Amino acid sequence: MSDADLLAPVSVTATGRPDDGHAPAQTRRVTDALLYLDDLKVTFDGYRALRGLSLTLDRGEMRAIIGPNGAGKTTMMDCITGKTRPDTGTALFDGTHDLTKLDEPAIADLGIGRKFQKPTVFESHTVADNILLALKGPRSGLASLFGWRNRVEAERIDALLTKVGLIAHRSRPAADLSHGQKQWLEIGMLLAQDPKLLLVDEPVAGMTDAETAETATLLREIARDHAVIVVEHDMHFVRALQCRVTCLHEGAVLAEGSIDAVSADPKVVEVYLGR
Amino acid sequence: MIRILIFLVLLGLSAPVLAQDAPPADAYTRLASDSYGDIEAGIAGLAASGDPRAGAVLGALAEGRLLYRPADKTLFIKQGNDLVDARTGRPAQADGLKPVRANNKIRRALEAAQGQLNLTSPDPAKRREAAEAVFKARDPVGLPAVERALTAESHPDVMRVLAAARAAVLLARPETPENERIAALAAIQARGDGDAIAILRNVAASDPSETVKAAATRGIQAVETRLAVAAAAQNVWYGISLGSVLLLAAIGLAITFGVMGIINMAHGEMVMLGAYTTYLVQDAIRAHAPGLFDWSLAISIPCAFLVAGAVGVAIERGIIRFLYGRPLETLLATFGVSLILQQSVRSIFGPTNREVGSPGFMSGAFDVAGLSITWGRMWIVLFALGVFLGLLFVLRKTSFGLKTRAVTQNRRMAAAMGIRTPWVDAMTFGLGSGIAGIAGVALSQIDNVSPNLGQGYIIDSFLVVVFGGVGNLWGTLVAALTLGVANKLFEPYFGAVLAKIALLVFIILFIQKRPRGLFALKGRAVES
Amino acid sequence: MTRTRLIDPKGWIFLAALAAFCLVVPLLNLGVAESSGLHLPTYLVSLFGKYLAFALLALSLDLVWGYCGILSLGHGAFFGLGGYAMGMYLMRQIGPRGVYGNPVLPDFMVFLNYKDLPWYWLGFDNFAFAALMVLAVPGLLAFVFGWLAFRSRVTGVYLSIITQAMTFALMLAFFRNDMGLGGNNGLTDFKDILGFPVQAQGTRVALFVATGVALALGYLVARFMTVSAYGKILIAVRDAESRTRFLGYRPEHYKTLAFTVSAMMAGVAGALYVPQVGIINPGEFAPTNSIEAVIWVAVGGRGTLVGAALGAVIVNYAKTVLTGAMPDAWLFALGALFVVVTLFMPKGIVGSLIERFGSPRARAKLPPEPEIAPKLAEEGQG
Repeated sequence: MSDADLLAPVSVTATGRPDDGHAPAQTRRVTDALLYLDDLKVTFDGYRALRGLSLTLDRGEMRAIIGPNGAGKTTMMDCITGKTRPDTGTALFDGTHDLTKLDEPAIADLGIGRKFQKPTVFESHTVADNILLALKGPRSGLASLFGWRNRVEAERIDALLTKVGLIAHRSRPAADLSHGQKQWLEIGMLLAQDPKLLLVDEPVAGMTDAETAETATLLREIARDHAVIVVEHDMHFVRALQCRVTCLHEGAVLAEGSIDAVSADPKVVEVYLGR
Repeated sequence: MIRILIFLVLLGLSAPVLAQDAPPADAYTRLASDSYGDIEAGIAGLAASGDPRAGAVLGALAEGRLLYRPADKTLFIKQGNDLVDARTGRPAQADGLKPVRANNKIRRALEAAQGQLNLTSPDPAKRREAAEAVFKARDPVGLPAVERALTAESHPDVMRVLAAARAAVLLARPETPENERIAALAAIQARGDGDAIAILRNVAASDPSETVKAAATRGIQAVETRLAVAAAAQNVWYGISLGSVLLLAAIGLAITFGVMGIINMAHGEMVMLGAYTTYLVQDAIRAHAPGLFDWSLAISIPCAFLVAGAVGVAIERGIIRFLYGRPLETLLATFGVSLILQQSVRSIFGPTNREVGSPGFMSGAFDVAGLSITWGRMWIVLFALGVFLGLLFVLRKTSFGLKTRAVTQNRRMAAAMGIRTPWVDAMTFGLGSGIAGIAGVALSQIDNVSPNLGQGYIIDSFLVVVFGGVGNLWGTLVAALTLGVANKLFEPYFGAVLAKIALLVFIILFIQKRPRGLFALKGRAVES
Repeated sequence: MTRTRLIDPKGWIFLAALAAFCLVVPLLNLGVAESSGLHLPTYLVSLFGKYLAFALLALSLDLVWGYCGILSLGHGAFFGLGGYAMGMYLMRQIGPRGVYGNPVLPDFMVFLNYKDLPWYWLGFDNFAFAALMVLAVPGLLAFVFGWLAFRSRVTGVYLSIITQAMTFALMLAFFRNDMGLGGNNGLTDFKDILGFPVQAQGTRVALFVATGVALALGYLVARFMTVSAYGKILIAVRDAESRTRFLGYRPEHYKTLAFTVSAMMAGVAGALYVPQVGIINPGEFAPTNSIEAVIWVAVGGRGTLVGAALGAVIVNYAKTVLTGAMPDAWLFALGALFVVVTLFMPKGIVGSLIERFGSPRARAKLPPEPEIAPKLAEEGQG
C-alpha cells in the first residue's frame, strides 16, 4: 500500500458540491493526494467488478495500471469520471471533491480528462474543430453561441496539433484519420482540456512500435505538469513510461511499485501466467 | 287516510284466515261498488286471499273488462262478446251492468296486488320480480302475502329478496315494535344496494325511536362501505379487462420491439389484418358451413396468425433487414408500410366498419360476489393470458426460443455457432406479427373492424412495452394490467378522456424517472 | 480557422430562390390581369403560403433531428399550439360579427353557455400578446418536456415514442369541449387580421410574403446556431453524446435549447398557417401529421436545413397534385415514399447532392449512417 495511506483519516466528511468549482474554505482537506480512492466496491447484477479497490495518486505523478482482463481497470476509470456510481467506498479528488456524488460534466469541470480505450473523437468534425471543442473554457450553451469559442485564434489550436503531430491533418474530418492518429487526436483533446488529472486508457493499442515510442515520449512530457493515470497492457510501453506501476486483479490492488518490482512479484506472475 | 290504512292492514291480516275455509265473498262484494275506497279494499282483499280466480279478476279490472250488477253486487268479466261470472268463471247472462271504475290510486293498488299474486308463481324469476315489486312498493297490504310466500319459498335467492321485502314493509308500518324494526334493519342491510340505502336513510331521518335511528345510521355506513368496495372491485375488473386488451395489443410488440429492438410502426396494422381475417373466415363459414359458426373464432386464430405472420416475414425480408442498427429509419419505413397496408385494406374492403359476429359462448354474463362479468370479456382476459404464457413457453423452452435469445444477445457469436441468424430474425419477427394477428381476432369482438383499427393501439402498445421495460415479457404483462386498472380507477374521477391523458402524462414522466421501464436490466453493457 | 460562413453557396441559392418566389407570386397575382393566362389565382397564393409554412416546420424539425439526433414525432404539437394562439387572436377579432353577435365571446362559447371569457383567452385580442404566445407556449412546453427528457438521458426511439405520446395527449385534450378552445370543430370563421379582412386578396398575398420572410429568418437563425461553436457541440452530441460529457459539456442544456428554439419556429409556422387555411382544429395534433413532417425532412435531406424546406414543398406539392387526381393513391404514394427514401436515399435530395459534389468537410457534417452491425436489445427476455 502506498505511503499516502498514512495521511488518510478514518472517516471522511468532506464533500464537493456539483456546482461550486472551489471548495469552501472551512472544508477540511482530508488528504494531500490528488486522487484518493478507498475501498471502492461496484457490483453489476451480482458480478463484483470492484471488490474494495484503494489507490492514491500524488500531484504531478504518473502511474501505470496493469492487470488482466476483468481486473476492474475500466470500471475504476468509470468510477473516477462519474460514469458508474460505486456501491460503497470513497473517491476524493484534490482532497475535497467527492467524486461519487458528481456527474460526468461536473467531474470533467473539476479537471479530470479521459481518453477512452476505443478512440472516440467527433468524426463529423475536422481535426481542428475536435480540439476547439475540447479547449478549456465556459461550457454553457449561450457561451458557445455567442462567446469566445467562436473567436479562438488558429495559433492556439495549431500549437496543440503540432504537439500531437497532426498539424498536417488539421482540416480533415476526424473520421478520415487512421486508428493511431485518432488516439493522438484524443490525447490532443485531453491536452486542450488542460486537466489536472489525465486518465488514459490503452493509448497505444493498434499502434506501430515507432508510434508507441513516440506516444511514450509524449506522455512523459505531459506528465511534467499533469498527473496521469495510464492503463496499458503493453509492458514495453509501460517500462518506457518510467513510472510507478499498480497491478489490479479481481477488482482490487494486487501489487504496487516499480515496474521491475511488480513484474517480479510472484503473485503478479501467477495472475498473468498461472491461469 | 291513516284510518283507512289501518283498516286495510287489519283486513290484510284477517284475509288469510278467511281464505282457509270460505271464498272471500267480502272482497268480491266490495269490488262491485262505485266507491273507490271499497274497490281498493276489494283489490287488497282479493290479492291477499290466495283465491285462484284472483289473477283473472284483477287482470280484467286492469283492462277495464270487470263489470258489476248494482242490484246484487255480482261481478262479471267481459270476454269478447261473452260474459263470465267472476267468482266461478262460468258463462253467464246479465243486464244493466256497470263497469268497475279505476282511477290512478286504484291502478297503483292493482299493480301492487298483481305483484303479490306473482309471489306464488311457479317461475322463480317471476317470484323474485314480484318480491322486488313489493320491496319497492312497501305497501303494508302485501305483508301477509309476503310472509306466506316466505314460508313456502325454497329458492335462496328469492328468499333473500322476500326477506328484504318483508323488512321494508315492516319498517313502513308505524306500529311495528321497536325490536322487530331493528331486526328488519338487518335484513335491509343484508340486501346492501342503493335501494337499501334509500330505505335506511328514510328510517334514520324519520323513525320515532332514537335506537332505531342509530341502528339505521350504522346500517347506512356498512352498506356504503360495501357498495364502495363493490364499485372498486367492479372497476378493477374493468381495468383487468382493459389491461388484457392492452396486453394482447402489446404482446407481439414485446417481441419485435422488446426482444429484437425493431420499431415496427405497422404493428397495429398486423392487429387489423388479424381482425379482417376473422371477418373473412366468418364470411366463408356463413356461406359454406353455417353450423360451424360457434367455432369461427377458433378457426380464425391459426388463420390470423398465418396471415399476419406471413406479412410480417415479408416486411422483415423486404425492408427491415436492410435497416438493422438504424432504429429511427426503421420507424419511418415501417410507418410507410402501415400507411400502405391501411390503404390496401380500405381499397379492398371499403372504409366502413365490417361486422364480425360473436359466437354464443361470448354472450351473456354471470355474477361473482356481486360483480357482473360478461362472458366475452372473461374469455378475452383468459385468452390474453393464454397467449402470454404460450409465448413465454416458446421463448423459454423451445429450440427456436433459444436461438432467438442467442441471436438477440450476441449476433456474431450465434452466427459462429452455426445459427442461421437471418432465418431466426425473419421467424422471430413473423412470430411477433402473427401474435399481433391473433390479438386482432380477439379485438374484432370488442372494437370496430375498420382500416383504422390498428392506429388506435399503436401508441398504447409502445407505451406498455416501454413502461414494462424493454426486453422483459413479464414487465409487459405487469405494465398492461397496471395501466388498464389505473385507467379504470381514474375514470370515475376524471372521465374517460382526462383519465387517458393523465395516464399518458404519467408514463411520459415515469420514463424520465426510469428511462428503461419498470423492470430495467442493469449492468455495464446496458449503460454503454 | 475552420469557421463556417453564415450563408454558404447553397444558402445563397436557397435565399435567392425564396426571394424570387416571394416576388414572382405576388406579381403574377396582383400585377397580372385576371383575364391573362399568366394570372395566378389567389387560392394558389394561399396554397403556396401553406407550403412555405410547412417548409418552416420542416426546417425546425431538421434543426433537432439533423443536428441533434432528436427524432421528434411530436412537432405537430408545437405547430398546433402556435396555430391555436393565432386562432385565438383571430377569434377575438371577430367581435360582434359572429352568428350570436356576442361582442366578447366567440360563437362556440355562446353555444356552450359560457358566461365569461376563460382566463387563458384574456389578452388575445392584442396582436402583440398573441404573437408573444405563439412563441412562448410551444417554447415553454418544449423547454419543460425537453429538460425533463434530456436530463434523464431519454434518447433515440424512446424519445420519439414519448414525443408522439405528448402530441396524442394534446390531441385528446383539445378534442374536449371543456378545454374552451372549440372542441373538435376548432377555431374558424375568421374575419380580420390586424384590421385587414383575412379573405381579401391583398391580405392573402401579404400573409404569403410574411411566411416567406419567416422562413428566411428561420433559416438564418438555424444556420447561425449550427455554424457557431454551439452547432459544433450539437453535432458532437448527436454523434457521441457521452463523449461530450467527459469533455465537461452538459448535452441536456444543448439539446433543450435547440428543442425550444425549434418548437418556437414550429409555433410560428403554425401561426402563419392558420390564417391562410382559415381553420385550426385538434386534427393538427394527430401523431400522423407529425410523422408526415419527418418524411419531408428525410426526402429533402436531414442535416442540411435547405433540404428540409425543399422536401416539405416537394412532398406537399405532390400531395396536392395526387389527391386531386387520384385520392386513393396518395396514401400508397406517401407510404412508398417513406420506404423508398429510408432504403435507397437515406441522405435525401440535398444530402445526396452534397455527397456527390460537396467538399469533404461538408460531407462529414452530414448525419452519419450508423454502423450496419446491429446493436439489438441487450437481453433476450426477462
